Amino acid sequence: MTAASRPQPPARPVRLPRRLLRQAALWASVVVVVSPAILVFLWMLSLSLKTELENTAYPPIFIPRAPTLANFVEVFQKSPFGQYTLNSIIVSGVSTLAALLVGVPAGYGIAKARASGLAMVLLISRMTPGLSYLIPLFILFQVVGLTGTLWSLVITHLVITVPIVIWVMMGFFESQHPELEEAALIDGCDIWRAFLHIAVPLSRSGIVVAGILAFIYSWNNFIFGAVLAGRETRTLPVAVYNVLTFEQIAWGPLAAAALVVTLPVLVLTVFIQRQIVTGLAAGGVK
Amino acid sequence: MQRAPSSRAYARRSKYIRFILPALAVVLAVIVFPWVFTLWMSLNDWQIGRPRSFVGLQNFTGLARDERFLGSIGRTIYYTVLAVAVPVVLGVLSALVFHQRFPLRGFLRGIFILPMMATPVAVALVWTMMFHPQMGVLNYLLSLVGLPPSLWVYAPETVIPALVLVDVWHWTPLIMLIVLGGLSALPTEPFESARIDGASPWQMFRAITFPLVLPFLMVAVIIRTIDALKTFDTIFVITQGGPGTASETINIYLYLQAFAFYKMGHASAVVVVFFALIVVCSLLLLHVRQKTLWT
Repeated sequence: MTAASRPQPPARPVRLPRRLLRQAALWASVVVVVSPAILVFLWMLSLSLKTELENTAYPPIFIPRAPTLANFVEVFQKSPFGQYTLNSIIVSGVSTLAALLVGVPAGYGIAKARASGLAMVLLISRMTPGLSYLIPLFILFQVVGLTGTLWSLVITHLVITVPIVIWVMMGFFESQHPELEEAALIDGCDIWRAFLHIAVPLSRSGIVVAGILAFIYSWNNFIFGAVLAGRETRTLPVAVYNVLTFEQIAWGPLAAAALVVTLPVLVLTVFIQRQIVTGLAAGGVK
Repeated sequence: MQRAPSSRAYARRSKYIRFILPALAVVLAVIVFPWVFTLWMSLNDWQIGRPRSFVGLQNFTGLARDERFLGSIGRTIYYTVLAVAVPVVLGVLSALVFHQRFPLRGFLRGIFILPMMATPVAVALVWTMMFHPQMGVLNYLLSLVGLPPSLWVYAPETVIPALVLVDVWHWTPLIMLIVLGGLSALPTEPFESARIDGASPWQMFRAITFPLVLPFLMVAVIIRTIDALKTFDTIFVITQGGPGTASETINIYLYLQAFAFYKMGHASAVVVVFFALIVVCSLLLLHVRQKTLWT
């Protein structure tokens, strides 16, 4: 169609508001979609920065009038929250490192040997409720006398971390081009060194993502610690739950404690956001 | 490369088995051993501190007559239907929004997915405070739009929908991501020819977008169904199955049997039934998915 056959000038003024309307509608829907996600976190932050007086006010006070860190100080002073933080770091850190140690080679092996049997087991483990691992392991730890120790928690958290690491690495190694390794193998390099010196350095970013995801899911886990941990070996989610039930309910410290637990996870999420988007879309890591 | 005879290819592949062995040992110890142990224990009557005895299928026949357990199955299904349907609808809608181009899209998408990574216990605590009938922010928001206050998780009639609300907030991002992945993999040609033929946006969505995204959506539905059936942390922290047993799902019932009453045989039987239920639901959905792929 030529420009002459349709008069251009009158078309313009009609088009512009229409496009503007579309833009406005788009932004309105973006705001509607994103705001519940961010508002709940902001409300958490608001509760944690206010005094008890402001927290129990009605109508609610959204923006703290005199922000205070007193709630955070109270959480760490009135309960051994520092110890619980350390417990969480040890349990999630050690179980993630152990999972990487066995899981990265396993992901490589499964990708190379096409061992779909083990992949199937991992898929079924994804469907099994976490509680069903607890009954046997709880009994086992009682028999060997590990109940209440950090070791029992580290071992149980392998149920979470090992499948995640293997699953992510399997997908990563399957999509990796094998030319470089094959060339090295032909040059007489053995498969172990080809893995260690070629495949692993090439998949550093995959290992980081697998490690962070495993750490997050282990950090977030509540039920294993709730059943297995003793007073001294509580992880953060268990400690926060106990703040709720056994002490006088005060919203400020409670929200502060909740924020302390989940903030590290949110920060880590920001780092691997892109990989979460593509990884989950590709087949569902979680 | 030369094509190797199949036996040599097999020998080469089998060399890689050694990479798997350490992980296999761990998986056998912490995953497969519990499965086998649970199966065996489900055939025994054993309360911790008492002698154990083999009872065959008695635990299962007992469960079939246990009204509290049967009730928990009903509640689990009610919860699951809601906690799948609502996030799926909202997830598709938000995926359609994030499929558009607009400034700051990546950043806003990053914010949108934060809920699905947040610690469930922390999330549950904040929602508990928001649900508070007198001082909670949710009833205040209802009053702003002129609606009467709700008792949320404090009344048997509203407790499950209220808990589903938490789940919707928590897991809609996951559905959105999977559907968004499907949308970005769509071919552009059918849309162009439809546009030329003068199809409306709704017609294009129904005739092109939806059928092409359906396989991705089914994956999302399967994952969401498994997770919704297994929901534990948020329900346990917010209501512990209450008021009364109004929100006692299978998982909560299981927890109480195992770690409040220490009836390990009985609880193991619950695990077996629960697992069977999850498998049946997944297979049903997989079957539907196969059908949607063929047509």
